Amino acid sequence: MKDALGSPQSMLLLGGTSEIGLATAKALVSRRTRTVVLAGRRPAALEAPVEELRALGAERVEVLAFDADDTASHADFVARAFTACGDIDVALLAFGVLGDQRSAEDAPEQAVALLRTNLVGAASLGLHVAQHLRRQGHGTLAVLSSVAGERARRSNFVYGSSKAGMDAFFEGLGDSLVGSGANVLLVRPGFVHTKMTAGLDPPPFSTTPEKVAEVIVKAIESGAERAWAPPQLRYLMSAVRHLPRSLFRRIEV
Amino acid sequence: MARPARRDEVDALLGETYGRGVIGRGLGRSYGDAAQCAGGLVIDLTRLDRVHYVDALKGLVKVEAGLSLDLLMRLLLPLGWFVPVTPGTRHVTVGGALTADIHGKNHHVDGSFCDHVERFTLVTPTGTVDVSPEAEPDLFWATAGGMGLTGVVVDATVRLCPVETAFVRVDTERARDLDDALHRMAGGDHRYQYSVAWVDCLARGASLGRSVLTRGHHARLEELPDRARPSALDFGPKAFLGAPRWLPSTLLNRASVRVFNAMWFAKAPSLERGRIQPLHAFFHPLDGVRNWNLLYGRRGLVQYQFALPLGQEAVLGTALERLSLARCPSFLAVLKRFGPANPGPLSFPIPGWTLALDAPAGWGGLAPLLDGLDELVAEAGGRVYLAKDSRLRPELLPAMYPRLDEWRRVQAKADPAGLLQSDLDRRLSLIERDRAR
Repeated sequence: MKDALGSPQSMLLLGGTSEIGLATAKALVSRRTRTVVLAGRRPAALEAPVEELRALGAERVEVLAFDADDTASHADFVARAFTACGDIDVALLAFGVLGDQRSAEDAPEQAVALLRTNLVGAASLGLHVAQHLRRQGHGTLAVLSSVAGERARRSNFVYGSSKAGMDAFFEGLGDSLVGSGANVLLVRPGFVHTKMTAGLDPPPFSTTPEKVAEVIVKAIESGAERAWAPPQLRYLMSAVRHLPRSLFRRIEV
Repeated sequence: MARPARRDEVDALLGETYGRGVIGRGLGRSYGDAAQCAGGLVIDLTRLDRVHYVDALKGLVKVEAGLSLDLLMRLLLPLGWFVPVTPGTRHVTVGGALTADIHGKNHHVDGSFCDHVERFTLVTPTGTVDVSPEAEPDLFWATAGGMGLTGVVVDATVRLCPVETAFVRVDTERARDLDDALHRMAGGDHRYQYSVAWVDCLARGASLGRSVLTRGHHARLEELPDRARPSALDFGPKAFLGAPRWLPSTLLNRASVRVFNAMWFAKAPSLERGRIQPLHAFFHPLDGVRNWNLLYGRRGLVQYQFALPLGQEAVLGTALERLSLARCPSFLAVLKRFGPANPGPLSFPIPGWTLALDAPAGWGGLAPLLDGLDELVAEAGGRVYLAKDSRLRPELLPAMYPRLDEWRRVQAKADPAGLLQSDLDRRLSLIERDRAR
């Protein structure tokens, strides 16, 4: 149960190895969260995070295996996650792949695989989680979207379009939850220094997983529906969305 | 949400099973989540508002649990009776007053609400029970302050307080700091039926804890001016102000509250005796402003109330110091002395002191500040008030309520299947349940 200041007591992290996801879990555990369910493709990779969360004061950390691409398994998996520890106050959907734009353009099956994970997998899991949140009558489904989804760029449109699709999907899902007690929080980070972006040149307004986690925690507590990390990107992206196309395509970022 | 109009409908509602539990609700004046049950059923009891009988000779009334204290006062005052305990608002139900075991400005002499309850009818998942302290002492006291988790109270028989007028004779005095306030209260409270102090939480240094004490008793007929005597028992409070919805959340900030507090302190007479005040002005000033809570803007407010045992006055000083150092913008901080406790394991009052305050929920430093105060209070053998709590760290609950396990055993007997649940109970694990269920 979230308290009056919006601090959750339990959390489900979809994408247990996500750096932003783990940074958020740590920030929440250092507040009120005592129960965490970490779900990842390879549970073995979650041993270290489990220990870290325990050391920070989590009383109960469960590990579950899930595959975002295997949509047939999602119903069972989400049901197990919700029975593992009773009510879930926050579910953070943090998995996703960046892919390689150049090779995806030459090998369309790579683009399809990326869209399947980032868009189809997210939509399927999101719907299952939303069903459970609706039943329990409270809880936040926080979703890691991206500013890349606000306007697809020439240099990154496969990833960008997967995020644009999921962003639109969860905005609608959020509207469908109004009145149920549950809500959706869309988080749109800019460039974040993680292993997913290692080796890439950071553009202006780049940030770190810990900073994004701060933004997420604050947004969960205040009950916000959208959050940008860093927050200034909200205004920058608003301007970017309105740039003439001929100009936008020439900007190298 | 169900709104039963008759008793047997409540019986039927509790006879069913719910995956997500069921809880009774009165007028929803608890500041926290005591009367919410996410995903489950909330039984709104306000249509159960009939009066079974009034014994105007003995001062006894039997009413349904959804009747508000407001209506009860309007009914009883012309007959020369007043409710035995009233909180800061009249808009609470008898059932809510009972299950939260509320206290008022007269706790130091009269105890809390359940000390004046003769008996009540409790609908539990295992059946309907006629509960009195003599016949069912365990269930009676587990329900007193049990936050509705032992069952749904459908009616109650309450002993009343005789009055000659609908007025209070009030003495007001200023206390220059906390010590002065505590000294005046400890030394003089026994002379008054009602006593409370408003504290300026933003005052610092030498004036830390400066307060305005207002203490009084029900005015006797001969204490009223001649012209007021014919209508001595008239009681017709009206809410004449309403707070608009569009106020910004930043209206109550450090600066505005500081100015308000300074003015409030300065406006109070340093000593005034025998002022005759209508009951509602003395007991329920906030009821005069409809939706006063909207003053806090969209994020709302957090109410915080703790009690400390006698002998822990130094801790009270530390708590006030922290509030003042943090510059917590609270304009309604109230200090009160508690008398003896009653046998209820979860009943809030313990002999000592209680401080209640509210603060804007959106104010950044609130969470760590109150968490720190919780620890301070728990360590000193104190507790926070469950009817007002909305953010306690669950780990501290057993320390604050050492008789929790005793309460849990009685609760489990009344509701073995775990049908009764509330968000408060889920958040604090009041009822121990297998969380994997």
